[in-house]
Amino acid sequence: MKRFVVRRVGYALLSLVVLSATIFVFVRLTGDPSVLLVEPGASKADIDAIRADLGLDRPLLVQYAVFVKGLLKADFGRSFYYRTPVLELYLERLPNSLLLAVVAMAFSLAIGIPSGILAAVRVNGGWDRAGKIFALLGLSMPSFWVGLLLILFFSVYLGWLPSSGSGTPWHVLMPAFALGWYFAAAHMRLTRSSMLEVLGSEYIKLARLKGLPEALVIGKHAFKNALIPVLTLAGINLVLMVNVSIVVETVFAWPGVGRLLYEGISFRDFPVVQTTVILSGVMIVAVNLAVDLMYAVIDPRIRYER
Amino acid sequence: MSDTPLLDVRGLTTHYVSARGTRVTRAVEDVSFTLRDGETLGIVGESGSGKSTLALSLLRLLPPAARIVAGAVRFEGEDLLNKPESEMRRIRGKRIAMILQDPMASLNPLFTVGDQVGEPLRVHEGATRRGAWNRARELLGAVRISAPAARVRNYPHELSGGMRQRIVGAIAISCGPRVLIADEPTTSLDVTIQAQYLSLLRELQRAQGLAMIFITHNLGIVARMCDAVAVMYAGRIVEAGPVRRIFGAPQHPYTRALIESIPRLGEANGRLTAIEGQPPDPAALPTGCAFHPRCPQRLERCATEVPHDTAIATDHRTACWLHP
Amino acid sequence: MNASRAAVLAFPGRLASFRREGWPMVPITILAVIALLAIFADVIAPHDPQVGLLGERFRPPAWQQGGSAAHLLGTDHVGRDVLSRLIFGARVSMVVGFTAVIFAGVVGTVLGILAGYLGGWVDQVIMRVTDAWLALPALTFAIFLAAIVGPSEMNIVIILGIVYWTRYARVVRGEVLSLKERDYVRLAIVAGCSKRTIMRRHILPNVVNSAIVLATLMLGVVIVTEAALSFLGVGVPPPKPAWGLMLADGKKGLMAGYWWLTVLPGVCIMLMVLSANLLGDWLRVKLDPQLRQL
Repeated sequence: MKRFVVRRVGYALLSLVVLSATIFVFVRLTGDPSVLLVEPGASKADIDAIRADLGLDRPLLVQYAVFVKGLLKADFGRSFYYRTPVLELYLERLPNSLLLAVVAMAFSLAIGIPSGILAAVRVNGGWDRAGKIFALLGLSMPSFWVGLLLILFFSVYLGWLPSSGSGTPWHVLMPAFALGWYFAAAHMRLTRSSMLEVLGSEYIKLARLKGLPEALVIGKHAFKNALIPVLTLAGINLVLMVNVSIVVETVFAWPGVGRLLYEGISFRDFPVVQTTVILSGVMIVAVNLAVDLMYAVIDPRIRYER
Repeated sequence: MSDTPLLDVRGLTTHYVSARGTRVTRAVEDVSFTLRDGETLGIVGESGSGKSTLALSLLRLLPPAARIVAGAVRFEGEDLLNKPESEMRRIRGKRIAMILQDPMASLNPLFTVGDQVGEPLRVHEGATRRGAWNRARELLGAVRISAPAARVRNYPHELSGGMRQRIVGAIAISCGPRVLIADEPTTSLDVTIQAQYLSLLRELQRAQGLAMIFITHNLGIVARMCDAVAVMYAGRIVEAGPVRRIFGAPQHPYTRALIESIPRLGEANGRLTAIEGQPPDPAALPTGCAFHPRCPQRLERCATEVPHDTAIATDHRTACWLHP
Repeated sequence: MNASRAAVLAFPGRLASFRREGWPMVPITILAVIALLAIFADVIAPHDPQVGLLGERFRPPAWQQGGSAAHLLGTDHVGRDVLSRLIFGARVSMVVGFTAVIFAGVVGTVLGILAGYLGGWVDQVIMRVTDAWLALPALTFAIFLAAIVGPSEMNIVIILGIVYWTRYARVVRGEVLSLKERDYVRLAIVAGCSKRTIMRRHILPNVVNSAIVLATLMLGVVIVTEAALSFLGVGVPPPKPAWGLMLADGKKGLMAGYWWLTVLPGVCIMLMVLSANLLGDWLRVKLDPQLRQL
């Protein structure tokens, strides 16, 4: 078990190194990173100061070391626009994105799981076909377009919901739905296939042989087993949601980290962009690691793999 | 003991139809047999002979692609094939119970043993959680599991294969059924445990007055456990009768070949006799008698006409042109 | 005759069997229509997509009150004809979509083959990079790159290629790993073929199937990402009529109820992605049922 943990953690760290190196390299690829890392309209003296700071005349590896050192010290630079450390800005906005993601996840599970179960239980029937269409729509309709349509409907035509900002529960509904839409389809597909697999298993056969009513067979025996892979995916998707929420947050002016990234690119505030990207990567690598380790705890077979 | 059989099956025919209706697999074809109170009937055949489909047909738990196309099944005088599903559910587990082959897969990994053993009681007899739990403990004792009070709390993966199969047995007898169908119950067990399990089944049968249908490919088990035996080949019963008679004087070439292929210790011969050829694909059966391509005694007739049942003696019948 | 030769020679036969089986006509028709619109945009579109008459701003579609036949689908906030912009937008989507998918596909397939077949440190390096890059959400990565190099149609294609090649690499590598164990590959090794020859003549034709299926599925994803990038302002730059850009412009008129500027471009995106997905699903089942885990 220990070997497994060490190995997985090692992989995760390696991924982080590769990611940081990638970001580092790409920034320098354009030739003169000081253009990016300096405020637009800065004086020559400022530019020279930054260049010295970053050590742009020193060998690449040294620059990289400086970069990594900064990351490890949690120094992600200052935002040009807000003039505060980016990390501060990020952490300030993160709870909002988390809130949005949690509500979106709730939506996606509330829609995805029941429809997936229905599709599996009535496989190839009307519900299943409807489910397939729903899955296709979920994949083909970009989330930001769904958001725009929701605004058109509920804000402009019906006037029920506010079209931007945050503050009341009403504000969260539409962005959460737009964000959760794609994932609802994904969760539905997974629930359906997981349920179909479970329904074909021997213990379900035995449950029917016991003479249990079908509702009990599905509701008690099949349900719990089918849900396991879905919930695992949901956990990973939650973190993914936080990181892909940029377009939805922009459409609804939701003050989360996605919107922060948008502001970063709008205002050419590169430290913000770079930080958001780095932290995205870190978050996802961390979650994948956590899920891998959790699986090893639950399923003893995995520990002895490879 | 009354004269009406407990279970009376006539001409049961079950087919699998492929999605487009193009391939028809005749899994069970014109099967008839009877089961009396307290009797143990063995159904013998190779894989693909239709034994499991037969069992599932009796309980009408076939997959969607399968259909019972002909025949009649009477249980305690009632017609099972035309019963509404809700009534069938009340029969399953309560009056006719079944044990499946793989004990690991038969039990739901997420629920405790006690929960699963007590479940039929809660569903069929309206037992309370506590009542079912206590009964589960008793049942575990009845199937000779040690420390039943502790085992009730266990999850299936915490127990050995032999114990799990006993638990499956406990589930089966929980509501006091009249018939127990055992589909290859010992095939997944270690050889050393098989004998123990079989004697347990015998004991349960005596104690509960059960009639058993024992599905297996193992003639040794049939010899030990069964009163009567029906031999299946390619979905049909080719020979049926009391065990001693079938083993002593098998009439059908297939039965004979099966019995001869059992290796016997100490025989000077040294060579293992096997039956030539392979069992046929149920979706593409030979014409006439399905066994004829492999039959050492085939006649010309066998290739074109399907043999019908002939009575050799009371209770002993066979379907073979050697006995027209 | 090696396996790849056989695969190629079998292709006409496979095509024929497709016709018998019944192709998914709806997605193919839609994609064909979009392609035709893209190619013949100059001829088909009624107006110049980049020129707007300020007097004609925010005209609704022809069937609504205030609409005119000159602008069947209305005009946008600077008076440009929506229909023409949609048609030219098809060109942008097709070009960017296909080019990016092919670019990513080529790079990813080649690297996947190298990683899978050569193994060793080549495999390690490629796989580490793949895993790390796959951890970053595509959109975030693309935005990052766009922020560095600035938006342009060419840059977007390259960026999308950089972001998405990893998906191919992973799948192709998996296939190659299993292909390595096949007999005809082993025979070729024993016969003394060079690594390059084996990779080119035996491995490549067999992974092409997976690559094609993945490409069709990726087309939808790429288009949505491009639309998102354009919507955010870091994709195809104005005044080129990309559908995502139209959605961004459309937002300006949203609160006033100018629905056609939002609904219509989105419908186009949806149709294209839907068709690509359906086609990809069908191809997946057709070309190799074993690919279903994609």
